[in-house]
Amino acid sequence: MAEHGSSSPTADGEHAGETRRDFIHIAAATVAAGGVAAVAWPFVQQLAPAADTRALSAAEVDVSKVPLGSEIRVLIGGVPFFVRHRTDAEIQEARNVNISTLRDPATDDSRLRPLPDGKLNPSILVTSAVCTHLGCVPLGPDNGKVGEFGGWYCPCHGSQYDTSGRIRKGPAPKNLAIPKYVYETPTMIKISL
Amino acid sequence: MSGPSTYEPKTGFTKWLDARLPIVRLGYDSMIDFPTPKNLNYWWTFGGILALCLVIQIVTGIVLAMHYVANTSMAFASVQHIMRDVDFGWLVRYIHANGAGMFFLAVYIHMFRGLYYGSYKAPREVLWILGVVIYLLMMATAFMGYVLPWGQMSFHGSSVITNLIGALPIVGPAVKTYLLGGAAVGDPTLNRFFSLHYLLPFVIAGVVILHIWALHVVGNGNPTGVSVQDIKKDTVPFHPYYTVKDGFAIILFLTMFAVFVFFFPEAMGKTDNSIEANPLQTPAHIVPEWYLLPFYAILKSVTFDIGPIPAKLLGVLAMFGSILILFALPWLDTSKVRSMRYRPLARQLFVLFVLACVGLGFCGANEPDAFVFKTGKDRLQVEYSDANGRAQTKFFDQFSEANAYKESLPTAAGASLQVAESGFKWKWLSQILAAYYFIYFLVLMPLLGVIEKPKPRPASIADSVHKRSGSGRSSSAPVAAPQHAE
Ligand code: HEM
Ligand code: FES
Repeated sequence: MAEHGSSSPTADGEHAGETRRDFIHIAAATVAAGGVAAVAWPFVQQLAPAADTRALSAAEVDVSKVPLGSEIRVLIGGVPFFVRHRTDAEIQEARNVNISTLRDPATDDSRLRPLPDGKLNPSILVTSAVCTHLGCVPLGPDNGKVGEFGGWYCPCHGSQYDTSGRIRKGPAPKNLAIPKYVYETPTMIKISL
Repeated sequence: MSGPSTYEPKTGFTKWLDARLPIVRLGYDSMIDFPTPKNLNYWWTFGGILALCLVIQIVTGIVLAMHYVANTSMAFASVQHIMRDVDFGWLVRYIHANGAGMFFLAVYIHMFRGLYYGSYKAPREVLWILGVVIYLLMMATAFMGYVLPWGQMSFHGSSVITNLIGALPIVGPAVKTYLLGGAAVGDPTLNRFFSLHYLLPFVIAGVVILHIWALHVVGNGNPTGVSVQDIKKDTVPFHPYYTVKDGFAIILFLTMFAVFVFFFPEAMGKTDNSIEANPLQTPAHIVPEWYLLPFYAILKSVTFDIGPIPAKLLGVLAMFGSILILFALPWLDTSKVRSMRYRPLARQLFVLFVLACVGLGFCGANEPDAFVFKTGKDRLQVEYSDANGRAQTKFFDQFSEANAYKESLPTAAGASLQVAESGFKWKWLSQILAAYYFIYFLVLMPLLGVIEKPKPRPASIADSVHKRSGSGRSSSAPVAAPQHAE
């Protein structure tokens, strides 16, 4: 600041080396920076998902159409989900696991959502179809490959999920996520991102 | 290095122009009369090759953009249209796709040259840093370009990379959403990647101008690392000596380029990318283009948590760190000697470093759990959890025995039978090589300057050329050049 130091700094009671011109410089630069930031904001924010993209962030799925022992894959806003109709054997398998041995402990019930009447529906399992390792879509009954634990097998680096979508083996750190969804009727679910 | 200009306008027009916009003078001083060390070898020709690569990518890219459609429902078809229907479309696309690889080949040679001859040391730090900036921009450009043809690898490769960015702490998820413009890779992503893929090469061109400007302030380095002391004795004018030498190298380079374009255009391509993107089906092996493999290997090599930092995040940090470390190189290397010709220890460690980088490339291309080589013979393995829920493993040689044992276990044990192989995994190789990569920069570079005893260096460039006092290896420089300036 001393660059602009005036020859008579004390004449008008200012600190040595600081002048009104310094003040004007700082004030002007601040206003300019504020202006730049204000203009930059819309140019950054335009990168965010657009309104029509956001509007496509939920979908209804008729779970009664999913064949027993198989699954369907739903894309919502480009994000894939599994909706699986589990057999009784698969449900038993999911329930018989000793939770404390799991990498990401969770009971099978905690991975289900209640029907309109408040009861759980163990035959329908809804999970994210994104492997928690690096995001591949695991293979499942639809592809004829379910891995060692009967659930899903990720071909990318070999993660294995069980019939509750819990991680059992391989590099993935977490269970397949359970998306936000509700039963609107006993057969219709609504999944949202 | 840019001494007083020797340009003398001859015609009336050039005199008139020189007084108003000395652009001919600029060209003359930087490309004709620029004093260049007389001992540059062929490793110094890659700068010119790189400039040509950029021009080739821009020209072919602009042509492709005339036929390409950046829309997820049409992108793949438009690339097929370029390949089949557009006259010479196949040629232009193959030049562009292979050109990206050639560009990276050249930039890697150029960078290893810099590492070996200490080109990043004072006074060339800024020149080096601008080079690393160009390299980063190239990686971003190539990554986004690879998404455009909208094949399976385009889609799933970009999903993996954007997920990695999403794994960064705090800012990660927001940056990822802003990058994608949606919840997953889709139309908004493809459009912005196309826009940026078109833009970035011109940004690169801008940084290249700064790079060359910085070069012309401090002058070329040279294989001896000894600075130019006497412009007359140590240097020759750029033209014709280096225009011809660079030109010859360019001819060889273009020959190799053409062999790829015309005979092996898909040699480096992935067949999966000839299948249109399908978000619901991941290809079995997602691998980036060859030139990004070493970094992919570093990413995958981290399979362990350190304290509270999970493996995935560590991998991402290691990957970005392995590139960003190059910015600090001028200050990590403590040796005063530029050229490794006179650094016996550094030279050997450098060779190991190059091998490590190439090795990492192979690691990146292979499955982490696959074997580099196998030891012992395969056995059968039954895995189950015992009554206390602990994981147990038992080995067998015969299938009948193994299967009988598996069947004898209760269902709750969740027994599984598989082939157990033993050997040396790619994962382990990548961990060793990645460790060496970091140790080379963070430990060896700072340490060597202190402990290494360099060999005697020639007194001057002229000395090294005329008396061949250097390391004895003759440089391929224009030694017989007539002493033009004398
Ligand atoms: C630094 C320079 C550049 C690099 C490294 C680069 C790299 C790439 C790569 C790797 C691809 C994918 C090729 C494939 O597999 O098909 C690609 C595609 C494409 N690039 Fe570039 N590019 C560069 C400059 C440009 C420029 C300047 C433009 C436009 C002006 C452009 C336009 C395109 C288009 C339209 C495609 C899609 C068509 C296709 O896939 O062949 N590129 N680029
Ligand atoms: S992405 Fe599924 S195992 Fe790596």
